[in-house]
Amino acid sequence: MDPYKLKKDFPVLDDETLIYLDTAASSLKPKQVIKKLDEYYEKYSVNVHRGVYNLSYVATEMYEDSRNKVSAFINADFNEIIFTRGASSALNLVATSYGLNNLSSTDEIIVSELEHHSQVLPWQNVSNITKAKLVYVPLNKEGRITIENFKKVLNENTKVVALNYISNVMGYIAPIKEIIKLSHEVGAIVSVDAAQAAPHKRIDVKDLDCDFLSFSGHKMLGPTGIGVLYGKSKLLDEMPPIEFGGDMNDNVDLYEASWKEIPYKFETGTPGIAGAIGLGAAIDYIESIGLEEIAIHEKELKDYTIKKLEELKDITVYNKTAETGIITFNIDGVHPHDAVTFFDGDNICMRAGHHCAQLIIKWLEVVATLRVSFYLYNTVEDCDKFVESVKNARDFFKSVGF
Amino acid sequence: MNDLETLYRQVIMDHYKNPRNKGLLSSSGYKTIHIKNPTCGDDITIQSLVEDGIVKDVRHDGTGCSICCSSASVMSETLIGKTKEDAEKISEAYINMLTNKEYDENVDLEEAIVYQGVRKFPARVKCASIAWKAFQGTLESE
Repeated sequence: MDPYKLKKDFPVLDDETLIYLDTAASSLKPKQVIKKLDEYYEKYSVNVHRGVYNLSYVATEMYEDSRNKVSAFINADFNEIIFTRGASSALNLVATSYGLNNLSSTDEIIVSELEHHSQVLPWQNVSNITKAKLVYVPLNKEGRITIENFKKVLNENTKVVALNYISNVMGYIAPIKEIIKLSHEVGAIVSVDAAQAAPHKRIDVKDLDCDFLSFSGHKMLGPTGIGVLYGKSKLLDEMPPIEFGGDMNDNVDLYEASWKEIPYKFETGTPGIAGAIGLGAAIDYIESIGLEEIAIHEKELKDYTIKKLEELKDITVYNKTAETGIITFNIDGVHPHDAVTFFDGDNICMRAGHHCAQLIIKWLEVVATLRVSFYLYNTVEDCDKFVESVKNARDFFKSVGF
Repeated sequence: MNDLETLYRQVIMDHYKNPRNKGLLSSSGYKTIHIKNPTCGDDITIQSLVEDGIVKDVRHDGTGCSICCSSASVMSETLIGKTKEDAEKISEAYINMLTNKEYDENVDLEEAIVYQGVRKFPARVKCASIAWKAFQGTLESE
């Protein structure tokens, strides 16, 4: 894998002074994906599943071909792939459809403080409505979900386990396969938030045996506004739709209607056609490089950067042992929002704040953090410039009196 | 980084390190508004006491970045003692200045004028305006 060559595929990086370190929020998009979006809009920008004319047939074929690519990407069956607006709406679909219809006050839902808001809040809502108990896995000293701690909260009342595969703040990989195995032993289902995993790690839903798994297109080189929910067909078959309207129905009568088979009963309205097709192109791009190669590259950059940061005084890194390309840190005594303006001045894009995960920020007992995240288009030079900027930022803020 | 340096070297650091009128009061007559910017974590509460059409006191408390916290302090010094009408005018002019809208340049923004430097950092405009928006809220709740 040659990041210098790959960089040329990303038009945003035509500005050679730009250093993009915010992939965990959203990745940049390669021209192969942009071209695919253009192709849809320029050549067959019509609706799917409806038109009985050739152009609509072409659009439908392209849309469904992307579903094929997604199912192959995570080793799922074709009808187990539901296109959504993003990981958030996929996770919400599970909570609203499965959670609200299957849980009651004697049941328990396991989540953690390491979750993104889009995983924990839908289940908080289910808990409030059904009175099922929301239970948090105690995190270990490093802030990780461990099997030992998971066993402490898992019991016969557990009906749902809703956890992340890779944390968007700490970059830790959760022992999700073993968690799934243990959960199934007590009869619980597991919904995996894979938004940070899908772009960086090979996922095999059959090997994991997860019940649901969600991810977004835009974090893995694809367009915004498209995401994926994988669900086991026997669960999806039993679940009611949460949105009603065109395309998802079968027969419609005055007072009742019936629904299409999965996945279509969960896809009402005109879907994100261009987005889905673009996601297919993003998967092709990733597969042409290899997820394993990408992961190794990110981890190398992260380890290299951590080593450099460790040489600097007054910098606190919160996740030194992370297995992936995410670094969460602060410049001591400097509010992250002040710091990030300095980095912006050096044309470095990175995140400051809660990262949509207030629970882990509170767990860390800080007001907010800075975060950088690496991807296939980042280079050692990016890391060097970033570390230099950290040093200059620290010196600048000290010099003005922080 | 000259723009940034200018911004921080002026009033901001002084008020960030030594905030004036900080801390909330539970005395009667104070109107209180709490505003949060959940994306960055700025969390500010502003109180105002208006008597006989005069802004007698402005208090602030909360957590946030230096621009957010200092602007609350500068605001309190700028507005205490002004008539309610003038305070409204100053607040409006300040927020319009920050957001690059037309504003009445005859309105004396006093020390708060340094925050025009924030316009060079559009991502930070919210930080500099949150306390003032909360103050406007306290007047509306009169």
